[in-house]
Amino acid sequence: MTTMRDMTPYVVGRAVPIDPGASGQDGSSRAGCSVDSSWAVTMLRIRHFELKINELFARGEVRGTAHLCVGQEAVPTGVCAALRSDDYVSATHRGHGAAIAKGLSLYGMFSEILGRRDGYGAGRGGSQHIACMEKGFLGTNGISGGGLPVSVGAALSSKRLGLGRVAVAFFGDGVANQGAFHEALNMAGIWRLPIVFVCENNLYAMSAPVSSFVAGGSIARRAESYGMRHDSIDGNDVGQVFEASRRFVDLARSGEGPGLLECLTYRQLGHSKSDKRAYRTREEEAAWLKRDPIARERRRLDGAGIMPAADFDAMESRVVAEVASEAERALACQAADVSTLYDHVVPEAAAKTCGGITCPS
Amino acid sequence: MPKLSFRKSVRLAMAEALERDPSVVLMGEDIGPYGGAFKVTEGLHERFGADRIIETPISENGFAGVAIGAAMTGLRPVVEFMFMDFMALAMDQICNHAAKFSYMYAGQCCVPVVFRAPFGGGFGYGASHSQSLEAWFMHTPGLKVVVPSTPASARGLLDAAIRDDGPVIFLEHKALYNLEGEVSDVPGNWSLDQAQIVRPGQDVTVVGYGRTVWLAVETAKRLAGRVDVEVIDLRSLAPLDVVALVESVDKTRRMVVVEDDCLTGGVGAEVAAVIAERVRLDAPIARVACADVPVPCCESLERAALPSVEKAVAAVMRQMEVGYELVDRGTESGCQRESRKGRQLAGA
Repeated sequence: MTTMRDMTPYVVGRAVPIDPGASGQDGSSRAGCSVDSSWAVTMLRIRHFELKINELFARGEVRGTAHLCVGQEAVPTGVCAALRSDDYVSATHRGHGAAIAKGLSLYGMFSEILGRRDGYGAGRGGSQHIACMEKGFLGTNGISGGGLPVSVGAALSSKRLGLGRVAVAFFGDGVANQGAFHEALNMAGIWRLPIVFVCENNLYAMSAPVSSFVAGGSIARRAESYGMRHDSIDGNDVGQVFEASRRFVDLARSGEGPGLLECLTYRQLGHSKSDKRAYRTREEEAAWLKRDPIARERRRLDGAGIMPAADFDAMESRVVAEVASEAERALACQAADVSTLYDHVVPEAAAKTCGGITCPS
Repeated sequence: MPKLSFRKSVRLAMAEALERDPSVVLMGEDIGPYGGAFKVTEGLHERFGADRIIETPISENGFAGVAIGAAMTGLRPVVEFMFMDFMALAMDQICNHAAKFSYMYAGQCCVPVVFRAPFGGGFGYGASHSQSLEAWFMHTPGLKVVVPSTPASARGLLDAAIRDDGPVIFLEHKALYNLEGEVSDVPGNWSLDQAQIVRPGQDVTVVGYGRTVWLAVETAKRLAGRVDVEVIDLRSLAPLDVVALVESVDKTRRMVVVEDDCLTGGVGAEVAAVIAERVRLDAPIARVACADVPVPCCESLERAALPSVEKAVAAVMRQMEVGYELVDRGTESGCQRESRKGRQLAGA
């Protein structure tokens, strides 16, 4: 059994505080930390969206599978806070958080996952295939590593068309072993494209511990081979994620080339619905629960005098109510119409321009 | 009309697109000063520069994905695979991404990308450089598969493929690159879903695409006076021009498909099914295909494996001589029978 202690030597670069008490250091490296509760709201919306999906799944309302990012909310929240609204993002199979952080609506997301006609893909995509071109969100992706080359392409077109947009490609630790990862990093490197690769390293590729499956001891350091800046940070500290992302994104946008940001985090729930979590200990899970990114932000806001804990809790209640209401709306939406089965297999004449339709709101 | 080689016609279509539309870029291995493995892009790098003739590393899946992402966000990439066999390395991006984005995202985006590749055997390149894998892509909803047979159709169909808003697989048979033919001054308005009747006839329909159109035409010539052969050039394998096929076979009531890909699960299998579902025939459909073997390197075996005029003539003659009542009703499957025939043809 791999323990968290075994994981520790893996992380090179910036040290990640393992002692949960160390999270009390919040604020020490927070030059760019938020002065309001906007990050907390985003993280809470992601958290409660995921918990609602979990509940809907248990009730038999969700077909197929869903990969939830509970515990990892700080990574997409901090990264997307550093982006412009027209920047591009591609996400992973565990991509609901990135979608919400990029501004997709809870209603459109619930509708898609529930197979309703108001979903972002009118019910034909599902959890792992949600995109919104209007928001620059190129999709969650059911293929591990599939989004990396696609994001490199978006960065290429941004550069070629002079759009000034940056692309972000989220990927899991397991993808560092995909050929597509290396091909994408190499091309981004040789063409010096405006892209940031963000590793959501939650220590396990499904059940495979990163310490046993990544040779060389570091994902971040692999970027060196491609002439790329990199950093390895505490992905459960939203301020730290934002600060590092802003640095990498700004450099990419100003023509300084790509970077790789490794965010160490932890998936609090199982890989998917059928996961008994036999590959990790309950002690390890408990230790990471103490480093919960939302609880840490709650403590920070309280400690910095930005938002008292009681107000935070009231805000959380409002988010819970919003999520419940959007879920109810989506449940009331009609299922995808069978007559649309063949729509959009090939581009319709009416959709000649990319991103030509209006996303649900 | 000026004469142009098939190779130069493909190049002309790309040059015209690069000239016409600043969002068009070419991507691929060694397509710059080297001019591409088959010299199709020769001169384009000098003319349009490295920003638009983008040379890629040997990363087929990676650069296919880059082209897809670029296509989703405003460019119209034309991607060259050095050999069609190498598309196997990019199947994830082509089939799991390019083919599905429009559908999964309900038309929010389109993926206007052309994947070009030389295909087919006959040159002793061996099993990893000689395949005809078009059926793989026919089997993937969301992809168009186009195969020109002449310089004119190479130029016209590639022009249409580049203008198309979805992903198009554009296949160039290696044996055709030096073929000369008349090409008009303007590309014209070609359709990506229409077959062409190359030669009208009454007795039997012989269907081909790419190089095998020429095998079909030669078959018709050899049988002239004995059998009146109608030759159809499919041009598009996906979608198939079902109307043109049915109209032709409705008239002739006999069909032979000549195809460069392997027999089992191939182009001919789909064409045969389309016809069998719709037309009452006077003779069982025949397929003249590549044997179900990896394409052998040495000349004797490769020749035995690939379709030829002789094999097509024999298939047409069988069609004319036998009706359903004379067909072997034994337990041997078509696959086994063809395999045995293949072994016999190979002298084994």
